[in-house]
Amino acid sequence: MSDIDLAPLKPTIEKFIPMSRSGLLPALHAAQKLYGWISEPVAAEIAKTLHVPLADVHGVIEFYSLFYNEPIGKKVIRVCTDPACGIKDSDGLLRKLCQQYDIEPHRTRADLSLTIEPSPCLGMCELAPAVWTMNGGQWTVGEGEDRPRSMVYGQIRELTKNCGKGKTTYLREYGEYKALMKAKSMPQDKVIAEVKESGLVGRGGAAFPTGVKWEGAFKAEANQKYIICNADESEPGTFKDRILLLDDPHSTIEGMCIAGYAIGASKGFIYVRGEYPYIIPVLEKALDEARGAGYLGKDFDIEVRVGAGAYICGEETALFESIEGKRGFPRVKPPFPTTHGLFSKPTVINNVETLCNVPLIISKGAAEYRKIGTEKSPGPKLFCVSGDVATPGLYEVPFGVTLREVLDMAGGIANGKSLKSVLFGGAAGAFATSEHLDVKMTFEDLRAAGLPLGSGVVMVFDETRDMRDALNRLGHFFAHESCGKCYPCQMGTQRQKEILHRIAIGKVDSDDFARLQDVGWTMTDASLCGLGQTAASAVLSAMKLWPELFEVKS
Amino acid sequence: MAIKLTLDNKEVTAEEGKTLLEVARENGGNVPVICYHDATTANALCRVCVVEVEGMRTLQPACIVKAAEGMKVQTKSEKVVRSRKTILEMLNSTMDLSEADEIQRMMQEYAVDEKRFPDAERRESEVKDDNPMYIRDYSKCLLCWRCVQVCAEDAQFTYAINFEGRGYETQIGTFFDKAIPETTCVLCGQCVGVCPTGALKPKRQFLLEQGVSPQEISVMNTGRKQRKAKRVES
Repeated sequence: MSDIDLAPLKPTIEKFIPMSRSGLLPALHAAQKLYGWISEPVAAEIAKTLHVPLADVHGVIEFYSLFYNEPIGKKVIRVCTDPACGIKDSDGLLRKLCQQYDIEPHRTRADLSLTIEPSPCLGMCELAPAVWTMNGGQWTVGEGEDRPRSMVYGQIRELTKNCGKGKTTYLREYGEYKALMKAKSMPQDKVIAEVKESGLVGRGGAAFPTGVKWEGAFKAEANQKYIICNADESEPGTFKDRILLLDDPHSTIEGMCIAGYAIGASKGFIYVRGEYPYIIPVLEKALDEARGAGYLGKDFDIEVRVGAGAYICGEETALFESIEGKRGFPRVKPPFPTTHGLFSKPTVINNVETLCNVPLIISKGAAEYRKIGTEKSPGPKLFCVSGDVATPGLYEVPFGVTLREVLDMAGGIANGKSLKSVLFGGAAGAFATSEHLDVKMTFEDLRAAGLPLGSGVVMVFDETRDMRDALNRLGHFFAHESCGKCYPCQMGTQRQKEILHRIAIGKVDSDDFARLQDVGWTMTDASLCGLGQTAASAVLSAMKLWPELFEVKS
Repeated sequence: MAIKLTLDNKEVTAEEGKTLLEVARENGGNVPVICYHDATTANALCRVCVVEVEGMRTLQPACIVKAAEGMKVQTKSEKVVRSRKTILEMLNSTMDLSEADEIQRMMQEYAVDEKRFPDAERRESEVKDDNPMYIRDYSKCLLCWRCVQVCAEDAQFTYAINFEGRGYETQIGTFFDKAIPETTCVLCGQCVGVCPTGALKPKRQFLLEQGVSPQEISVMNTGRKQRKAKRVES
C-alpha cells in the first residue's frame, strides 16, 4: 500500500477544495479514475484536503457500490441480473462470460486485469441482457458500442421529437431556447400558474403536481435556491431518462432554466447515476453550448454530479445528501425540499421527463398542452416496454391509451406466446394480468385498478415465465439497495429476499405466506422513505394474483 | 398554547410543539422506543414508536411527529401492533439481544415469536477488543446510531466512527477498520453510555463477565499504578 504515489492525486483533487464536503463524491470519482480503486492513503489524502473526518470518508466509500476500497480489475464487466434482463437469460450470459474469461462472478483476477460482477438494473432493459464494461476509465455497452442504442416508437413525438436518431441532438439542430425566452417575458408567478394549469405531475414515480412544488419553492424566502434534475434513474425496467438525456439534452436543460427562472434559483444540478457514464460528456457539451448561447452562466448555471451505484439516491432527500458528500440516507420529511432541500435551502427537484414537459407547456400554452391525454392525466407519457414483446423500446403515447394498445404497438407478445403478466411501475410497482389489458394508462384508471404508473415501466412476462424467478430477483434487488437506515426496510428487505429465494428454489415453508405478508406490510406501513414503503409492493400484488406460489403444495 | 387532540379515542390537551411521544407519555400511554434517546438527535429510524394518525397514508414515528390540533392518533391499532411485533421479530432474528433488557421486555409485551424467521442469516461478528477502555461486540449491535451521533455532533465532535457497508450489511466501523487507538477516539466513553444492547461495554465489565477476577484485572493495571506511584514519589 505504501507504494501508492500520491503526487498525481494532489493536483487532481485541489479543484474540489472550494466545494469542501460537497466535493467528496467528485474527488472519490477522480481518485478512482486515477488509481482504479481508493486505497487507505488516497482516502486519507482526500479527507485531509476536503476537511472531512476519516471515518466519514470511509463511510461514504462503503455506501456506494461503484466505489472500491480494495483493488479491482482494470477491466470490469457488469451484467444486469434484474427481471427484464433475467427474461433474456442474463444468467446464461454471465456464466458464458465467466467461462470465457475463466473467472468466478464477483471475483477479480490475481493480476488485477479483470473483474466480472452481476449488477442491479443498468437502464438498458430494452436491449437486454444488458452489459456495461469499464476498461481503464473507458466504457462500452453491449458488445462494444460506445453508447446504448435508442429505440423510440409510439403514437406521438412530443417529448421524443429529438430522440431515436442514432445521435445526440445538439444546439444547432435543437434551435433556440424559445420556451425559455417566452417564460422570461412572463412574470415568475405566471410561469408557475401555467405549469399548474397544465396539470403536469412528476414522472419519476410519485406523481406530485409540479406547479405546486415550484410554487412552494418560489414562496420560500431564502438567499439561495436550487433546481435539481433527478437523473438517478435506477428503477428496474426504466430507461426513458437515459434516452432523453443522451439524445436530447437541451430539452432537460431548457426545462431546468425555466424552472430556475420561475422559482428564483441561481444554481442547478443534474444528478446522473454512475451507471450512465456515456451521458456525462454529452451533458457537459450541451451545457457548454448553452453557456455559449447565453442561456447559462449569467444568473443561472448548472453543474453535473455523478452518482456511484445507489438506487436510494433517486429518493430526493437521499440525493441531496449525496450531493452534500454523504452516505445516501433519506431524511425524515417534513421539512420538505421546497423549504429545506439541498444544503437546507429551498429546492425543486424534478425528474428528467418532467422537466422535458416544461418547454412543451410553455411554448404551447397550458390549454393546448392539455389537448394531449385525458382530463385528469393531461400530456404525453413515455412507457419503457421491456421483456417478452416483439419490439421492446421507448413508447411515447398520449395518456389514455390502453395496455392492450401499448402491447400491440410493441408487436404483441414475442414468439406468438400469450401474456402471463405485466410488471407495472418497476420493482416498486405491481403485477397486472390479461384482465387488465383494457385498463387505460392514466393515473386515475390505473389507481382504480390498483396498479401504479410509477416511472412508466411495462415489463412483459409471457405464459412460460416462472414468476417466482422474477420475484426472487426483485427480492435480491431491494435487499441490495436498502440503505439500512430504518429497521423495517433494513431487515425486511433481507427477510423478504431470504423467503423469496427459498420459494424460488422450491423450498416453500408452510408459514412463508404469513411471514411475507407481515414483513411486506410492516415495510409498507412503517418504513421511513419510499424505497421501503414500496419494497414489498410487487410481492404483495403477486401474492394476491398467484397465492398458490407461496403455499406448500398439498 | 394548548391544543386538543384525540389519543386512543380519548380527548387530551397538549402544549403546542410537543411530539406525539411526549404527549402519549404525559397521558400514561406506553409507546415503545429503541433508537430514541433524550441525549441524541431523534432520527426516527427504529420505527417501533410508530402510531396511526388519521388521514396519513403511512404510520408516523411518535418520537418526531408533533401533536397538532384535531389530530386523531391510535397508539396500538392492529397496524401499529403488527409493525412493532414484526420489527421486534426481525431484530431478534438478526442480532444477539440477550443483554438488551428493555427490548426483552418489549418482546414479551408484544408476544414475539422467537422462532419467527428460522433460516434467517444473522449478523454475527467477532468481538473487537483493541483498547483499554471498551470492547465492541457488533453481533449485539442493532444500529440505533446513538454511538455515531455522540461521537460526532451530538456530543464529542470526535468522528472516530461511522458506518461500513449498506442495508442489512451495515456495521459501525472506523476508517479502514483501524483499531480504536489508531483513530481520533479520545476514549470519552459516551458511546458506551448510550449503547442499549451491550454491544459497547466497559472493558472491566467485559473481563469480569469472562471470568477474570478483580485481582487479575488489578494486575493488568499494575503497570499504570506503578508509573503513577513513581510520579507521586518523585
